Amino acid sequence: MVRIRLCEESLVELILKGEIKCPVHLYSGEEAVATGVCSALKLTDYIFGTHRSHGHYLAKGGTLAKLIAEIYGKETGCSKGRGGSMHLVAVEKGMLGAVPIVAGTISLALGCALASKIRKEKRVTISFFGDGAAGEGVLYESLNFAALKKLPIIFVCENNLYSTHMSITECRVKNDIFKIAEPFGIESYKVDGNDVLQVYEAARRAVKICRKGKGPVFLEFMTYRLRGHVGPDDNVQGLHTDIRPKEEIAKWQRKCPIKKFGKFLLKNKILTEKGLKNINQQAEKEVCKAHQFARRSPFPKKEELNKYVFKD
Amino acid sequence: MSSKIRMLQYSLAINEALHQMMAVDKSVFLIGQGVKSPWYVGNTTRGILAKFGTNRVIDTPVSENAITGAAVGAAISGMRPVVVHPRIDFMMYALDPIINEAANYHYMFGGKSCVPVVIWGIVNRGGEQAAQHSQSLHALFAHIPGLKVVMPATAYDAKGLMISAIKDNNPVIYIDDRWLYATEGKVPKDIYSVPIGKAVIRKRGRDVTLVSVSYMMIESMRATQILQKDGIDVELIDLRTIKPLDGELLLKSIKKTGRMMIVDGGWKTGGVAAEVSALISESGFKYLKAPIKRVTLPDTPAPASSRLEKEYYPTSKNIILAVKEVIKGKGCHGLQG
Repeated sequence: MVRIRLCEESLVELILKGEIKCPVHLYSGEEAVATGVCSALKLTDYIFGTHRSHGHYLAKGGTLAKLIAEIYGKETGCSKGRGGSMHLVAVEKGMLGAVPIVAGTISLALGCALASKIRKEKRVTISFFGDGAAGEGVLYESLNFAALKKLPIIFVCENNLYSTHMSITECRVKNDIFKIAEPFGIESYKVDGNDVLQVYEAARRAVKICRKGKGPVFLEFMTYRLRGHVGPDDNVQGLHTDIRPKEEIAKWQRKCPIKKFGKFLLKNKILTEKGLKNINQQAEKEVCKAHQFARRSPFPKKEELNKYVFKD
Repeated sequence: MSSKIRMLQYSLAINEALHQMMAVDKSVFLIGQGVKSPWYVGNTTRGILAKFGTNRVIDTPVSENAITGAAVGAAISGMRPVVVHPRIDFMMYALDPIINEAANYHYMFGGKSCVPVVIWGIVNRGGEQAAQHSQSLHALFAHIPGLKVVMPATAYDAKGLMISAIKDNNPVIYIDDRWLYATEGKVPKDIYSVPIGKAVIRKRGRDVTLVSVSYMMIESMRATQILQKDGIDVELIDLRTIKPLDGELLLKSIKKTGRMMIVDGGWKTGGVAAEVSALISESGFKYLKAPIKRVTLPDTPAPASSRLEKEYYPTSKNIILAVKEVIKGKGCHGLQG
């Protein structure tokens, strides 16, 4: 979680200075979801992400330096500078793609789960999506098909209460997204997405169900992004366009998943203050090195503009 | 390699390709609405469910978007799915997984992932089915980088291109036409490939190049034979693949004949005929002895009434008239109308 947070926050100033140009959707505040869910997975399990997927990529084992290089548009990036922050991949780690079409990867995850069933594997696929995706028809089609074929897929809804600029109260009559899975006969739960232990426990149970061939499962994690929809905040060119009340942001800052878990570790004497500090320092060093690597890396060659349209 | 060749129906040639590829490659599976129902897919899937079972022959609820996405997702994880849309009109619900995901996946991840999926759309027009059951939407897909689009006109190509499409590491849009299903042709019994991106000369000629694709090749062949009797020696090209286009063969032919007529079963504006015409104008203008002409559908939705349908779909008669105009046509260098 600390690694993800420091990675995200290291980008803020660079975005504001214009050194990073591609649209960046920061995951600050939501770290417990990716961390808790991916901790319950094996390397061979699959995940698919969204436009806000730095956290998913890192939690599944994606290389930090390749992520940063990708955001800088460098050839050494995880997508060779062709994808940017919104198109991340780490196939070797089972992170099969994050894309910025809302709900765009839900059916892809469905297909991976179907493939696992056809091949008779024990592999589980996670579909990460936001509350905004609950407005897309393909989610309902996918829930039905997954239930019908008992596919090993976990639908993970990260409910951060906002669909870009729009509050969930303007999108839905009730903020109970997990209930949409019930009519399809899918087990579904609402969980505190800022408590990494609760997230992990819910994911662990869901994974177990899927491995037994009794999937799918639907998990809704309540969380909040501390930054804007895209970029550090939602103030566009000096206009205050972020409609989120300051008190609301402050309330969620107090519920920070990293602080919460830190307190737990100290209270239960699992780690000392010094231990926590070490973790921070280590992560800081890694982030710093990743930026150095990215800055030193070459841009893609202009002669290679058309490379990768087709695979040979 | 010796291969028994016999006459086979177009639809059964597809059937044979699916049977053989599913037998030799465990990663191939068939999914889509009506995949087990002759009412939807004719006899193209005959015997496949019985042979390969419900695990690999998956009939689905009416959910084109999710099911196509699932096929794309399965391809991403190493399978080689064939997803069928019994009417290409219904495939419009699946444009997101096709265009946003499948077409872009290899490029946007810098070659780290690929999507070896066949998206099979059947054109099923005529019979007073009107606007939403009759469309030929191939040009739409040809516009998209990352997609290959094949449209076989013969039984031989129907099998060979299906096999190539399944073996290809990219998303391939395979479009066939129900009007071709009953046609017969010589088909080898063995597995063979027809190269994607290669057109073929169906009849050699000197006077005019007639470019056609899919069912319009049949009408064009009919026209070619009649025109031969009138002393017009047509060179008939069957595109077979509309993306990528076989520019080399087209240019070679226009160099020889100096005249071109293009026939396509889709609409005129922004269509395949327009693309072929642009290609020749850009790279073969100096060879042209007359303006290029197109025979396509009018820019109009398909009507229901058979009286209007008859007017709507071009036939060999329209082709003959148009070819004669091209033959009469004066040099376009003088900018005559």
